[in-house]
Amino acid sequence: MAEAHAPTAHAQHAPQGFIRKYIFSLDHKVIGKQYYFLALFSVFVGLLLSILMRWHLVWPDAHIPLLDKLSPVGAPGGLMTPEYYLSLMTMHGTIMIFFVLTTAPQSGFGNYFLPIQIGAEDMAFPRLNMLSFWVTLAALLTLLSSFFVSDGPPLAGWTAYPPLSAVGSVSGPGEGLGQDLWVISIALFCVGALLGALNFIATTLELRTRGMKLMRLPLTCWAWFITAIVGLLSFAVLFAAGVLLLLDRVGGTSFFVPAGLIVSDKILSNHSGGSPLLYQHLFWFFGHPEVYIAILPGMGITSHILSCFSRKPIFGYRAMTYSLMAIGFLSFTVWGHHMFVSGMSPYTAFAFSVMTMAIGVPSAIKTFNWLGTLWGGRLRLTTAMLFSIGFVSLFVSGGLSGLFLAQPPVDVNLHATYFVVGHFHLVMGVAAIFAMFGGTFYWFPKMFGRMMNETLGKIHFWLTFVGVYAIFMPMHYLGVEGNVRRYSTFIDDFMQPLLPVHKFMSIWAFIVGGAQLIFIFNLFWSMFKGEKAGINPWESTSLEWTVPSPPPHDNFAGKIPVVYHGPYEYGVPGAEKDYIMQDSPEVVAESH
Amino acid sequence: MASTVLTPPKHRAPSKSDSIGGNGHGWDGDGFGGGRGEPSPAGRPIPLHAYRMGMYMALAAILMVFAAFTSALVVRRGISNDWVPTALPGLLYLNTVILLASSATLELSRRALTAGRGEAFAQWLYATLVLGLAFIGGQLLAWRELVARGVYLSTNPSSSFFYLLTSAHGIHLLGGIGGLIYLVLRARRIVSAAKQRTIVEIAALYWHFMDGLWIYLLLLLTVRS
Amino acid sequence: MALAVALVVTLITLISVGIFVAKVYWFPVDISTHGAAMDHQFLLTLIICGVIFVAAQLGLAYFVWRYRDKGDGRKATYSHGNNKLEATWTIAAAIVFIGLNFLGYNIWAKMHFTGAAPGALKIQVQAQQFAFYFRYPGPDGEFGPTHLEKVDDAIGNFFGLDRAHDQASKDDIVTATLGIPVNRPVELILRSQDVEHSFFVRELRMQQDIVPGMEIPIHFTATEEALKHNGGRYEIVCTQLCGLGHYKMRAFLQVMTEQDYEKWLQTQAAAQ
Repeated sequence: MAEAHAPTAHAQHAPQGFIRKYIFSLDHKVIGKQYYFLALFSVFVGLLLSILMRWHLVWPDAHIPLLDKLSPVGAPGGLMTPEYYLSLMTMHGTIMIFFVLTTAPQSGFGNYFLPIQIGAEDMAFPRLNMLSFWVTLAALLTLLSSFFVSDGPPLAGWTAYPPLSAVGSVSGPGEGLGQDLWVISIALFCVGALLGALNFIATTLELRTRGMKLMRLPLTCWAWFITAIVGLLSFAVLFAAGVLLLLDRVGGTSFFVPAGLIVSDKILSNHSGGSPLLYQHLFWFFGHPEVYIAILPGMGITSHILSCFSRKPIFGYRAMTYSLMAIGFLSFTVWGHHMFVSGMSPYTAFAFSVMTMAIGVPSAIKTFNWLGTLWGGRLRLTTAMLFSIGFVSLFVSGGLSGLFLAQPPVDVNLHATYFVVGHFHLVMGVAAIFAMFGGTFYWFPKMFGRMMNETLGKIHFWLTFVGVYAIFMPMHYLGVEGNVRRYSTFIDDFMQPLLPVHKFMSIWAFIVGGAQLIFIFNLFWSMFKGEKAGINPWESTSLEWTVPSPPPHDNFAGKIPVVYHGPYEYGVPGAEKDYIMQDSPEVVAESH
Repeated sequence: MASTVLTPPKHRAPSKSDSIGGNGHGWDGDGFGGGRGEPSPAGRPIPLHAYRMGMYMALAAILMVFAAFTSALVVRRGISNDWVPTALPGLLYLNTVILLASSATLELSRRALTAGRGEAFAQWLYATLVLGLAFIGGQLLAWRELVARGVYLSTNPSSSFFYLLTSAHGIHLLGGIGGLIYLVLRARRIVSAAKQRTIVEIAALYWHFMDGLWIYLLLLLTVRS
Repeated sequence: MALAVALVVTLITLISVGIFVAKVYWFPVDISTHGAAMDHQFLLTLIICGVIFVAAQLGLAYFVWRYRDKGDGRKATYSHGNNKLEATWTIAAAIVFIGLNFLGYNIWAKMHFTGAAPGALKIQVQAQQFAFYFRYPGPDGEFGPTHLEKVDDAIGNFFGLDRAHDQASKDDIVTATLGIPVNRPVELILRSQDVEHSFFVRELRMQQDIVPGMEIPIHFTATEEALKHNGGRYEIVCTQLCGLGHYKMRAFLQVMTEQDYEKWLQTQAAAQ
């Protein structure tokens, strides 16, 4: 078979053997699924941690079964210690933000569908792609391993402010090896994210098929592309901050640790002159763009789904792409709004505040356009569509509370309260998760060749939609009352009257947690038993719906598509069908 | 405005005049028409300009890492009174000359390749590799000189930054040396196949960037506020 | 299904807004001179956001119900958008958001762009895992120097004072409660001994991180209102994650009349 070794001829052959095909695969579709399942595993770990926290918060004396098996020190007899609560909180935040919100919508769906949607056979650099997944997995394992070190997982929060995170175990439990592992994990994650980002950018710019002009890209691709640029610029800075923090911890340097600290009755004479605020600036220079890294792909997915199931072109395609760009750009100018009460110059605070209000404008534009897309449509309320409608509702709710926090004189009284917790969970946590659910129901047929169960999907949607409002809306009221976050127990009289609200939220947290089992069941059951899916079950227009479900190894079986239309040609008057595929040669006189 | 829909004759080949629109590369193009590189595992060759774009993006990320270090240095030097400048070892200047020379030899190597002089291409490539290794060796000697003076990583913020920046640059340069070794190993194939030359271009891009980065870091470390 | 979505979204909207409108949960009493303006800015923001919130959510609910696929073969309106509309809501959003921000500018400026009034009562606040301590300069009006090696929590020398040698330290008064007189400008100088902490008194409408290596001044005046509630006693809580005891790191602010304050200070001085 001499000709089989020629580099280009017959190269369409998929790799044989389980390891090359499913484990160390170079196929963007397999890597996308690997990312998806990594995020799925992570989200359940994160969810479990939050349920343990909610449990402990309202029944502080409860003995939680099996918890003492996981950590005899952190929860002796199943009773959680205050430091273990903080560790769970830290791990919850870190896992959710990095390994779920950053991973699933961008690296998961993006890897799988960006190449297909632009008409490419794979990402630009498949080996790099595989490497970025394995580095990300290594980062996750490193993080999780901190559960099993002797003085427990880190407790400095997902923000890991020094000096608490920088001076080592002298500052209390969780700040020894656990915090080292945390920093290493984050640095590894940054490397994976950077490799992924450059791959996404090169793929979008260089591998588009014939006719796929930038202004014909589906909004999902635009969102993945902008997110990749934001990620490329911000993860590099977090990486630098992580290196400096690690050097302060193990190298005896003083980047962030000032002189004259007395921790646990010990004078830390080996440090001098460092600046904790410097760390905060570096961290939030990454940290705020990170919020948009989490939500932009969700916006793209939601736009895509809303248009498809409204049977109507997306309202204001150009405005949608420009607002994505504006958000991406402005996200680098607002980090200081996390630091209004940090001791930063109050003049700077005001400047950041103006920029933060400005970033609300493109977000508002997106919301208006989503509503405009629904207006006059012919709405098919599939589960995917319900989750996308839910996304819009949650994004509005969570986004508006941001207008309070963006103003320094209002933020002063809400900062570090449950108001903030409610705000970011709604707008970037739950909203992004809703986009992932929407994306899952929408793309599952393409990824696995079978349909998901719609009835189970709708039950899951309703419990989750009502549930997340019941959990996160009351947090705003608690915040206004002055309920401080990151407390493991409410010991003071002030908080006691608020406990019933917390109980209400905790019970709903258990319900919503339980409802996710429906999703898991639906996902795995449908994978094997679901109704067989055709090529284009939703009557969508983008290129992934022109190929078999699941797509062949090289996506297009050697027949590279040519693109003639924008991505949202639904309900075109006079067209043969209700929609025109992007690669359909049917000619429409452009009518904008 | 109402739109009209026409069904085109079947099997019409797409031409420039229909709705496909202008295609090129990068911001306003598609993936066709450029040079073809190595086949992707799925079969279709990845256009060479994708590699260049990938390298630009990698350099942007590296630039951001060093921008973060720079701002940390500027802030850290500005806010506290414990900054004692570390006198840089004189060896650094010799190292700088070596690194600049390596960029020059790499250019000579590239020129030889363009001129089709395969032998000279490989020789200048070796020279670049040797100079690169000499630079790394020189940096290590510079560290030893500081250590001999009793200046360590944690001695002073200025020395912390010195070790940090030189090692961060050194690690990146080692990556470049890895790239050069790859080129050396493939030198014969590169000479024989014109389409392999982009690899040389990309490696050169990275190498010159590291060169420029070093000059910048040297200025950052020597200029006192 | 469409009706269900519309009803549930409407219900969630009405309940969410209703609880705010009925002020079931609201800020604790305001005892500062600057707080009223902040509360006003909050209320203004709440009204604006409330209107947008209700409009957007009900619009969403209505559209989902109104434009559901009834299976009657109606085609969707074919529209790629409307540039005039885009421009209108972009400009409207920009004016509302940024205008709102500028309305709050004065409050922030008053708090931070000017220092404390001359003659303000100066008090040092020291935060450490997991307590606050307060130092008054005493009759000489001067804080004595602090010495790291003298710090000894066991004997109550939290600040590291050397009363035997430092003249200025001799009359310094260190307390565990922040006692202040009503109607008098107070300037707190915040410092931390170990990690980051934060100083938050809800009723004072005051929150400020305490950063190791920095001395951060804040200033305020407590009003008569302070004496009318809780016997003038308010909780000071730490709001910056500082370690395992973060949840119980707190102290109390005691607002007193001028005479009570003098008396209290003398008792504290005698206890040094």
